[in-house]
Amino acid sequence: MITQILFYLFAVVLLGSAAAVVSARNPVHSVLFLILAFFNAAALFLIAGAEFLAMILVIVYVGAVAVLFLFVVMMLDVDFAELRSGFQRYLPVGATVGAVLLIELGLVLSGWTFATDSAHLRMSPAPVGMSNTEALGRILYTDYVFLFQIAGLILLVAMIGAIVLTLRRRKTSRHQIIRVQTERAVTETLEMIPAPLGAGVASMGGYRRPKVAEPEPVVAEEAEAEGHGHGHH
Amino acid sequence: MMAVGLGHYLTVSAILLVLGIFGIFLNRKNIIIILMSIELILLAVNLNFVAFSAALNDMAGQVMAMLVLTVAAAEAAIGLAIVVIYFRNRGSIQVEDVNLMKG
Repeated sequence: MITQILFYLFAVVLLGSAAAVVSARNPVHSVLFLILAFFNAAALFLIAGAEFLAMILVIVYVGAVAVLFLFVVMMLDVDFAELRSGFQRYLPVGATVGAVLLIELGLVLSGWTFATDSAHLRMSPAPVGMSNTEALGRILYTDYVFLFQIAGLILLVAMIGAIVLTLRRRKTSRHQIIRVQTERAVTETLEMIPAPLGAGVASMGGYRRPKVAEPEPVVAEEAEAEGHGHGHH
Repeated sequence: MMAVGLGHYLTVSAILLVLGIFGIFLNRKNIIIILMSIELILLAVNLNFVAFSAALNDMAGQVMAMLVLTVAAAEAAIGLAIVVIYFRNRGSIQVEDVNLMKG
């Protein structure tokens, strides 16, 4: 009984905050309502018995995705009032499409039944007397290892893509120029000083002596000309 | 089995999906809200997966839900990276102006 009440509480808060996400005036409020929606969805997962996914949802969505949204919303200096100008104009068509979709989903919900042999069609029945996390771990690395690897590959591609897209080469930043490093010779960097006996290098002007040549500007220009052109706008 | 019926979960998930699609239509100019609406739609998909997994006592649905979670995170990262470089180039995030690649 208490479970049903909690389910309805979390479901109502989830749907209310989802409605606030799409209709809030301030995008920062939208992100905060999105976080609330994710927390309530995690609670619904817990009620369904998927503890591991609930915790993953909190960690991945609230801890990473929603904070990423918050960073972007606060970092970009956008006039959000101007972006909302078409709100009234798009309301009727959006409401129409939403209503049609909701009616269709309602028709599907009211008419479907499980297949009579659905118990035999299960791909990996949940073992008895085992926690959700343990049962998930047992099949994730064995039966579904390729799915697991594809998920890792997707994350790798997303990581590389996000870095490549947002990487910007600034003129002021100091990059490593590997050619210059490998072409350095001993004669350019090392100097043997015959120090007079008993007097030391202090009698010759000390360690700090004026530099002979400054080859750096040429190198910097060459490095600019070498490319990485995608970073410039 | 579940303490709450499968139909309740499916109803919540259907309403969540419709809210996400409604949000895409409503905020046609604000791409950040559109990305958030896509997150809501994927959350509805996950809710369906988990509900059926619990109702059928089958672990495969939860594995699929993890894959959907991965795809949603990757999509948010790439989408926001595109928004950031678009803002850097154009000084705005007007998605209605995005016809540079029209050919």
